[in-house]
Amino acid sequence: MHELSIVMSVVEQVTETLTARPELLSDGARVKEVRLRVGALAAVVEDSLQFCYGIASEGTALAGSALVIRLLPVVMHCARCDADVELETVQSFRCPRCGEPMGDLRQGRELEIESIEIEDAEEAVKE
Amino acid sequence: MTTRIVELRQGILKKNDELARGLRKQFTAAGVLVLNLVSSPGTGKTAFLERTLRTLRQSGAKAAALVGDLETDNDARRLAASGVPVRQINTHGICHLEAEMVGKHLEGWELGALDYLFIENVGNLVCPSSYDLGEKIRVALLSVTEGEDKPLKYPTLFNSADAAVITKMDIAEAVEFDRETALRNINEIRPGIRIFETSAKAGTGMTEWTDYLKEQRGQRS
Repeated sequence: MHELSIVMSVVEQVTETLTARPELLSDGARVKEVRLRVGALAAVVEDSLQFCYGIASEGTALAGSALVIRLLPVVMHCARCDADVELETVQSFRCPRCGEPMGDLRQGRELEIESIEIEDAEEAVKE
Repeated sequence: MTTRIVELRQGILKKNDELARGLRKQFTAAGVLVLNLVSSPGTGKTAFLERTLRTLRQSGAKAAALVGDLETDNDARRLAASGVPVRQINTHGICHLEAEMVGKHLEGWELGALDYLFIENVGNLVCPSSYDLGEKIRVALLSVTEGEDKPLKYPTLFNSADAAVITKMDIAEAVEFDRETALRNINEIRPGIRIFETSAKAGTGMTEWTDYLKEQRGQRS
């Protein structure tokens, strides 16, 4: 339900970067992709982010760019195995190897803008 | 095709996270224990909070509450009857509270004079989990009428909670609440979490709960 406000923050933050660094879009270059890292426990729905992105990016320097979402699994630290283990499901926070309950989360809540991909003008025309 | 990758590596909610960090510092410096109460609509957050505020007030503790709601101030009016300072935050359609809203509504309150500050979030089990409000303790509430598998359906919230409260225990038998399963499911998602089984109506579990609050307030971090 809050995907629109999340996507609006993405557009706002990337636009701020582009304004602060005008050389990034010099000579007609454009943003081709905005890449996010989203953890399995981030409480957002990918389809909904994609749907909202089209609306939020309209009329900005990001119009027409694609939102690329990399989903990250939950990684917990198991004290008994003394190892980081990836969870296949978020229905149980027990170690898949030894069954120990785990509380030490190492990955899975990420909600980050990883990078943007910029395409130069001449290349874009040839496409 | 010539393309360039520009690394940004920044949190999408960084503005909220920065504000929340600032609030947390302020709360710690003032010595006030701040709790963020999250549940579905209808779990009984307001009734539970009313009882908590009354109990704390009787024990001489100073508590206050901020209460989030989409449109009405009904909850704030109910809570104000407990005789403690209460302010309503109307989000006007936004499905969760954000740190900025909390900060704005604290203006004029002397935090140093408070022992406890409760923030009742908007009734929603999804969106509030992403927004840090600067609280020390996030409480996930679940009523006996909601189904024992709720923690499995909303792992993000339950996994980020510091304490879980089961409400409406006075009607547990009538609605055939499966206590064992509910406790097991909460523990699957958040192993070792403190769980309180309460009834705001009958007063069940309120002593354990307020003892926990006092204990947590004693632990300055």
